[in-house]
Amino acid sequence: MVTASEMVRTDSVHGALYSDEAIFQAELEKIWYRTWVYVGHVSEVPKPNDFVMKVLGPQQVLMTRDRKGEINLLLNRCAHRGNQLCMEQKGNRSSFTCPYHGWTFSNTGQLRGFPFASGYDGADRSKLGLGHVPRVAQYRGFVFGSFAAEGPSLEEHLGAARDALDRLCETSPSGEVEITAGFLQHRAKSNWKFLVENETDGYHPQFVHASIFSVAKSGIGELYGPQSTAVARDLGDGHTENDLRPEFRRIGKPMNWFGTNAERLPEYVASMKAAYGEERATQIMIDGTPHVMIFPNLFIAEIQIFVIQPLAANETVQHVTALQFKDAPDLNRRLRQQTMGSVGPAGFLLADDAEMYERTQRGVTGASKPEWNYLGRGLHRERRDENGFLVGDATDEVTSRGIWRHYRSLMEAG
Amino acid sequence: MIEAQDLLLFKEIEQFVYREARLQDSHEYDAWEALWTDDGMYWIPANGDDIDPESQMSIIYDNRSRIALRIKQFHTGKRHTQTPRSRLCRVLSNVELLESTGNEYRVTANSMIFESNARGDTIWGARTEYLLRRESDALKMAKKKVMLSNNDKPLYTLSFLV
Ligand code: FES
Ligand SMILES: [Fe+2]
Repeated sequence: MVTASEMVRTDSVHGALYSDEAIFQAELEKIWYRTWVYVGHVSEVPKPNDFVMKVLGPQQVLMTRDRKGEINLLLNRCAHRGNQLCMEQKGNRSSFTCPYHGWTFSNTGQLRGFPFASGYDGADRSKLGLGHVPRVAQYRGFVFGSFAAEGPSLEEHLGAARDALDRLCETSPSGEVEITAGFLQHRAKSNWKFLVENETDGYHPQFVHASIFSVAKSGIGELYGPQSTAVARDLGDGHTENDLRPEFRRIGKPMNWFGTNAERLPEYVASMKAAYGEERATQIMIDGTPHVMIFPNLFIAEIQIFVIQPLAANETVQHVTALQFKDAPDLNRRLRQQTMGSVGPAGFLLADDAEMYERTQRGVTGASKPEWNYLGRGLHRERRDENGFLVGDATDEVTSRGIWRHYRSLMEAG
Repeated sequence: MIEAQDLLLFKEIEQFVYREARLQDSHEYDAWEALWTDDGMYWIPANGDDIDPESQMSIIYDNRSRIALRIKQFHTGKRHTQTPRSRLCRVLSNVELLESTGNEYRVTANSMIFESNARGDTIWGARTEYLLRRESDALKMAKKKVMLSNNDKPLYTLSFLV
C-alpha cells in the first residue's frame, strides 16, 4: 500500500491525499490530535467563568476561563454516558450540569457531584472528570491546544510564525487584537488541505477574484501579478506567507495596505503615533498586517482570521471573523464592513474561493488521471532570503511545497 | 371591518413580493436592483435573527452601494460560484402586512428555496421581513431582512439572491 508520505513529491502531490477517507483518519491522529491547533482567543472569554464553544478538528471544545483566570479546553462530552454537556454557544458559569442525570462539573473539568450519591459508593470522583485537551498555551492572546501530553512547546511549533503574530498585534495601537464580532461559518465540500494551500496561493487571485477586483477597482490583483515585488515565503514548520510589504513599501503610503489613506482614519493614526512614535507608527501603517497561514488551521488574512475545521475527507468548515484592534473604534468598523463584504457564504471573495475548493475536490475524486497535482511553479527560482527562509516570486508555489514538506514529516512520524 | 381599499393594498404588496421572488429565481439582476430605494438595506444576519449588525458579523449587510456592487460582480460573467448560475425555485407564502405608517409598509413572508448547482441540491428556508415604501406611486424595497432558519450553523456558499 502506498502511504500518505509516499504521495508527496518535491513538485507534486497525489490526488488521493485529498479524497481518501483512511488518509483523513490518519491525519486526525497524526496532525489534528497531536500538533498544536488554534482554538480561540482570550478576548472571547474576557471575565472569570466566561466560556465559549469552540472546535478542535471535528470535536466540540468548551473554552473556559476559570475562577483563577486560567484558560481550559474541555471536551463537550459528559463523563457519565457521553451526553453533550453544554448546548449554549457562550456564557458565564462556574459549573456545568448535565441535563441527562444531573452530574455537575466545574469549569476546570472536575466532577463536582452526582445526584443520589449513595449509588456511587466507592467510586473515585477524581477519575470521572471531563475529557480535556492536555496542553493549552497562548501566544499574544491566541489560544492553542494540543492533544499530545508531550511534544514541542507552542513557541517551538509557531517558530517563525511568531513574528507574524507580533506584526499583527503591533498594528493595533494597544498592541492587542480582539475577536469580538462573532464568526461566520462557511462550509465547503472539499478537503481541508485545498483550503490551507489556497490561503497562501498567490497564483489564483487574478483569476478567481477577477470579478470583484474589476468592479471594485481594487489594486489587490496587482500585488499577485508577474510584476509584483511581493514574495511567497515558506516560514518552515508548515507555516507560509505572502509577504506584501515590498509592494507596500514601494508605494510608501500609510494605510494603503487597507485600501485607504491616513486622512480617512484620523483617530487610529493619532493613537498609533502616540503609541509608537511618528516614525515607527508610519512604518507599521505602511507595512500593514500579515497574510500568513499558520499550520494547520489559523489563517490571518490581513483584516480577518479564518479557522479551518476538517469534518471528513471531503467536508470542511471555515470559521471567519473580522479582526478588531483594541482601542481603535474607527478602524474596527471598517474592518467589520470589509470583512462582511469579502468572506463567508455570500462573500465577494470567499464564495468564489469555495467554488474552487469544491471543484478541485470533484476533480481529484471524479477523474483518475493525471494522478498527481503539479506544484512546481517557481521551483527553478526558489531562493533563500536574508533570514534563510525559502522564498519565491509572488505567484510561486513555494508556499504549497512548504506545507506539503511539513505534512510529510508529520505523517511519517511514528 | 376590512375595506375594499385595504384588500387592494394587500394585493399590491403581495404582487410586489412575488415579483421580487421571481426576479431572484430568474437572475434578472437589473430588474431586481431597480426594486430598491436609494437608501436600501439588504441584511442576512448570522448566529440568530436579532444580532446587532453594527457590532457582529452578518452573512450579508449591504447598503445600497454594496447592493450595486454585488449586481456588478454578477454582470462580469466571472462570478465563478454563479457560473453556471444556480437553478432556483422558491415558494413564498405567509405574506402578511404587519403595519402601515404613511407611505411605508412592514411585511413578512416565509420562503422555501430549492437550489440546484454543481455541488448538488440544497434547500434553504427563511422568514423574511420587508420594509416597502411608496415612491412616486410605485412600491419599492427599503429594507429586506432574511432570517435563514439555519443561520447559526455552517452554511454552504449562498451566492444567489435570497
Ligand atoms: S450522561 Fe450526563 S449525567 Fe448521565
Ligand atoms: Fe482567494
